[in-house]
Amino acid sequence: MWNYTNSVIDHFTNPRNVGEIADANAVGQVGSLACGDALKLYLKIDPANEVILDAKFQTFGCASAIASASALTEMVKGKTVKEALAVTNDDIARFLGGLPEQKMHCSVMGKEALEAAIANYRGEKAVAHEEEDSPVICKCFWVTEKKIRQVIEENHLTTVEQVTNYTKAGGGCGGCLPDIKRILDEMVLARVTGSGKPASEGAAPKKLTNIQRMQLITKVIETEIAPHLQADGGGIELIDIDGITVTVRLQGACAHCVSSTATLQFMVQETLRRKVSPDIVVVQQQD
Amino acid sequence: MSVPARNVYLDNNATTCVAPEVLEAMLPFFNDLYGNASSMHLFGGQVARHLDTARSQVAALLNAQPEEIVFTSCGTESDNHAIRGVCEAQPDKRHIITTKVEHPAVLNVCRYLAKKGYRVTELGVDKQGNLNLDELKSAITPDTAIVTVMAANNETGTLFPIDEIAKICAEKGVTFHTDAVQAAGKIALDMQKMPVNLLSISGHKLHAPKGIGILYVRRGTRISPFMLGGHQERNRRAGTENAPYIVGLGKACEVAINAMFDENNRLRKQRDRLEKGLFDAIPYTHINGNPQWRLPNTTNLGFEFIEGEAILLHLSAAGIAASSGSACTSGSLEPSHVLKAMQVPFTYAHGSVRFSLSRYTTDAEIDHTLAALPPIVEKLRGMSPFYADKLREMKAGAATAQQ
Repeated sequence: MWNYTNSVIDHFTNPRNVGEIADANAVGQVGSLACGDALKLYLKIDPANEVILDAKFQTFGCASAIASASALTEMVKGKTVKEALAVTNDDIARFLGGLPEQKMHCSVMGKEALEAAIANYRGEKAVAHEEEDSPVICKCFWVTEKKIRQVIEENHLTTVEQVTNYTKAGGGCGGCLPDIKRILDEMVLARVTGSGKPASEGAAPKKLTNIQRMQLITKVIETEIAPHLQADGGGIELIDIDGITVTVRLQGACAHCVSSTATLQFMVQETLRRKVSPDIVVVQQQD
Repeated sequence: MSVPARNVYLDNNATTCVAPEVLEAMLPFFNDLYGNASSMHLFGGQVARHLDTARSQVAALLNAQPEEIVFTSCGTESDNHAIRGVCEAQPDKRHIITTKVEHPAVLNVCRYLAKKGYRVTELGVDKQGNLNLDELKSAITPDTAIVTVMAANNETGTLFPIDEIAKICAEKGVTFHTDAVQAAGKIALDMQKMPVNLLSISGHKLHAPKGIGILYVRRGTRISPFMLGGHQERNRRAGTENAPYIVGLGKACEVAINAMFDENNRLRKQRDRLEKGLFDAIPYTHINGNPQWRLPNTTNLGFEFIEGEAILLHLSAAGIAASSGSACTSGSLEPSHVLKAMQVPFTYAHGSVRFSLSRYTTDAEIDHTLAALPPIVEKLRGMSPFYADKLREMKAGAATAQQ
């Protein structure tokens, strides 16, 4: 049996705000029978000040889906549309005193229904899954790359299993798990290297002296690369710098990880190329 | 309601209570008769005699020879032993036949062997969960090492024609194993009439404790030992005999033989009353499985528009224990592999609930469940957007008809 909090059990047993609002001016529905859960959210919004006057829901789903929907309606009532949009799936989970990790997708469904209802209020065309401007990664649960990236970003996810728990993607046939891994790796890399943002001060300047370059490499490894690897239970040791060739040794979990070579080539080298010099080559110390 | 809350146990396919006479039979083997059955002294000899009795009691349930019974630690061990042991004994054969609806103790062993290079055929089932025997027949090749097909499905209770499958395999000279964990003690399994080679039983499904099982091994079956070590169980399963549990399982089998036929009629009546009562009281309800050809104690019902975990938690609050094939109860995201293989529509696959009775189930428990479930379904449907859609659709239909 799931270890639900008392608050989840309370909102499941006595759900608040169940039903339809006849004169709702914002309705959003997400999920489907096939997916195993669905949520239809009705909002009554005052057009003058955009305050949510009333919120009701109908849901098909497990205890945590019902509790998440009940919590969501309680949370958004009285808020302005702008304030409501700031509610995250994590806020919904926290309102309930937490959800089991495998059930986090229920809170994500709440957030999605809220976004859909507000889009409906603003007269934006409800975007059908199929038409969404993003490739579908998980075809079992029809989850787009955009959705996966958004949930990874908002919840700081680091593993494929978490992505499945939060979005359901990969929970069916599992055929898309490598794609999720690719997206996750890209995003983790971007997080570490700050890709897309302008290079920080001192990054990739044209003329570094040998000393300056060695100092910068040391600094980037110590302050940016090592903490990321430590988060996964591993570590990195700088062995030598010879011109543009940087020799490192991976420690702990990373050394036994099947993707250690890829991690080294991909992450460490890319980071140093961005932050120090685009011609840097990283090699692994052979024991 | 005459039944006190938290007292209705309708999840006997998950596990059963230990029968009082079984517990009583076991107790002396914890402190008085604690010898090692292999020892050459009185302590050991006394225990060995009781193990022989237990072996005969289990053999009697299957109409088999005592020396064909191998005690194991559980049904899962028996299934592992059967499939892996047969494959190891015939290293030149690299093909396995099973079904899509087996218990994970069989399915995951086959899938493990598939990763090791075996070719695995997983036979599908029809909408009632029945196998196509012609498909089975044509899947057998000279390369087939083993056919493993369950006797009764744990989720739906649907029975497979084990006797016919055993005959097909015997004609083709292929070893046949059946996981009879749900069937044993509930339906007759006669090894003199069915040419089954290997058969698994789990103690805790028939009122013996958890932690004991058997593998029936027909004389002449080629199988390698699974557990290596001492010479116990005629060198087929090493490890000091778990005397109290073996004695308990023997007693449970003896009780089951005596109770089976009277019990089955009573159980079937209770099950049918529950099923019909719920079916009549709750619209949009479906029976999952073969309604005729199934275990007498099991019913699996699909309720449209709602989800199984929510039903179970409300039932649990009403003191009723059942189980569900919905995605959410297992922590996986898809409904059970059995319902999927049967192509049960999503509209009620997620809302399926299994009730499984035992010889201790009372009429009062059935009454309590019949009273408790309809309002739960009504409450959950009252908050389901799909039920609201359905009602709107029906209203529109009625309005059109009036015009």
